[in-house]
Amino acid sequence: MAGMTPTPKGNGTGYRSLVGPLLLPTWVVIGIFLVLPVALMAVYSFLTKEFRGGVIWDFTLAAYDQFFLNRGLFGDEPPTLEWTYITIFWRSIWQAALATLICLIVGFPTAWFIATRPPKARAIWLFLVTIPYWVNLLIRTVSLKFLIRENGPLNESLMSIGLITDPLPLVNTNLAVQLGLFYSYLPFMVLPIYAAVERYNFALSEAAADLYASRWVTLREIVLPVVKPGIIAGCILVFVPSLGAFLAPDLLGGAKTFMIGSLIDEQFRGSQGNWPFGAAAAMILMTLVLIVLMIYARAQTKGEAR
Amino acid sequence: MSTAIDIRSVVKRYGTATALHGVSLSISDNEFFTLLGPSGCGKTTLLRCIAGFEDVTEGEIRLFGQNIAGLEPNHRPVNTVFQQYALFPHMTVLDNVAFGLKMKGMGLADRTARAGKMLEMVHLSAFADRLPSQLSGGQQQRVALARALAPEPKVLLLDEPLSALDLKLRQAMRVELKTLQEQTGITFIFVTHDQEEALTMSDRIAVMSQGRVQQIGTARDIYEAPVNRFVADFIGETNLLEVTVERIEGDTARVILPGGHAITCAAVGNGPGKHHISIRPERLSLAATGDLEAVVERIVYLGTDLQLLTRLTTGEEFHIRLQNSARTALPPPGSTVALHLEEGAARLLAD
Repeated sequence: MAGMTPTPKGNGTGYRSLVGPLLLPTWVVIGIFLVLPVALMAVYSFLTKEFRGGVIWDFTLAAYDQFFLNRGLFGDEPPTLEWTYITIFWRSIWQAALATLICLIVGFPTAWFIATRPPKARAIWLFLVTIPYWVNLLIRTVSLKFLIRENGPLNESLMSIGLITDPLPLVNTNLAVQLGLFYSYLPFMVLPIYAAVERYNFALSEAAADLYASRWVTLREIVLPVVKPGIIAGCILVFVPSLGAFLAPDLLGGAKTFMIGSLIDEQFRGSQGNWPFGAAAAMILMTLVLIVLMIYARAQTKGEAR
Repeated sequence: MSTAIDIRSVVKRYGTATALHGVSLSISDNEFFTLLGPSGCGKTTLLRCIAGFEDVTEGEIRLFGQNIAGLEPNHRPVNTVFQQYALFPHMTVLDNVAFGLKMKGMGLADRTARAGKMLEMVHLSAFADRLPSQLSGGQQQRVALARALAPEPKVLLLDEPLSALDLKLRQAMRVELKTLQEQTGITFIFVTHDQEEALTMSDRIAVMSQGRVQQIGTARDIYEAPVNRFVADFIGETNLLEVTVERIEGDTARVILPGGHAITCAAVGNGPGKHHISIRPERLSLAATGDLEAVVERIVYLGTDLQLLTRLTTGEEFHIRLQNSARTALPPPGSTVALHLEEGAARLLAD
């Protein structure tokens, strides 16, 4: 733990006594809005389901058992690995990773473009990037569906200019889900990269060119490593919510594009729900995300200690 | 001696603004050449044109005979020491110094050895594995120098490299830079606004102002024989006096000083009429009768020197510098003194 190792800077003793009280509001907020709900979910995941939603206070591993093991239709066969949910998780991870990659490919040049405009123009561009966020995500996703459906404006206009003869079946495909995720989370990629590029010292690129590096080599050897923290922050900010997203997969995807977010969402919805199972799926998802973040944090600290 | 850099009528425009108005100068191989001028005079723009960071609007830049004006910076065999060093923050000191060698295709073992040698030369061998952020300003400066010298450029460009250092370090680095230039035999083009830096290190200096070269010469040339008002005023301390020019014959002129005394002095350009002469404050002495009369307003004690702030009886401010010796009898403030101009002290300037 970071708090256990004494900090090398020992000159702040006068302030140290204030640190506790000043941090109190933060701890209260984190406690109420983060620790408490997560703890609740953790506990629920070990309870027994009530058939009309809700839980019975009987501790059991049934939810995790259901997630990982297949005991046959009547629960009396020897357990084998249950692939249904693992497949959904695996698909979600791929979808999220792909969405992150696409956001990065589009977001990096966008952020670069904005950060290299004159300061006044930057503010306008940033404003334009965030404008979609003034509209509710649900409404935006529904409009996207309207836009790409078989007799929607996209297909209509493509057909009218003669590029296609039959409407493209876009809704209920992986492509549509990707489009939804990309549209929802692109700004989360653009903003942190913008912040990093804006602080980038362009004299470094000049220095690299001066030392015989071509533009590509300069990008690879100097620019990308220096703005890497912004890129990684952007990737995390896109990957994590994409992994748990349920609006885009629900509205734009179909049965074949079922993702974790929808799975969890379903468990808490109406009378068919299974709260402990939803909680267990959420805990497994959270564990996955934490492992990814810890691997990243480990890599970061190693890089700095070099 | 061969010509390293030949700059021919270089014009640089940004939209409607002109940064360089047809600059021409040539720099010899092995020379320590300084571009000196106030901020905004175009000296950094000219350096950036040589490095290739800016395209020239018109004109040619020849490097050992080859016109490099159209080349990308990574194809020019010149290296730059940047004002804020621009060290790569994610690379160790050694990797920074080896970067140019790596880009030129040198193998790992060779470039590590050569970068190590460069670090030895700037006395930083012990810091090879540090990151730039773990070094002091002076150390970063020397890394920047080693990095730029490592690929053995034909010309080294230095953009105010000492301006971020404190005075002591700056003075030490001046000597180190000059030594380094002599050791390596590489042509240095040094940009500065600090005339003391320029005078102490340079073989030759180009004084620039408003996008034009005002004068090119050795430190002694530009200090003792400035060609115009700008150079005389910018280099060192001087007294500029408006005089009436009676006549000019060749490179001497007959001028009437304020107060009516006529003298003969060296002249550049300019016909008869009202013009300015420059008189260096140390080229004067106090006398019983003299060329000018002044009232002493204040005496400033400078240790080796004494500075007399006076006002001529005709109203102009006038500075005098006297060596501080026991024999110097000082006039009390308020008294009137006569000033004798030494032989060659006054110089008629072009406007």
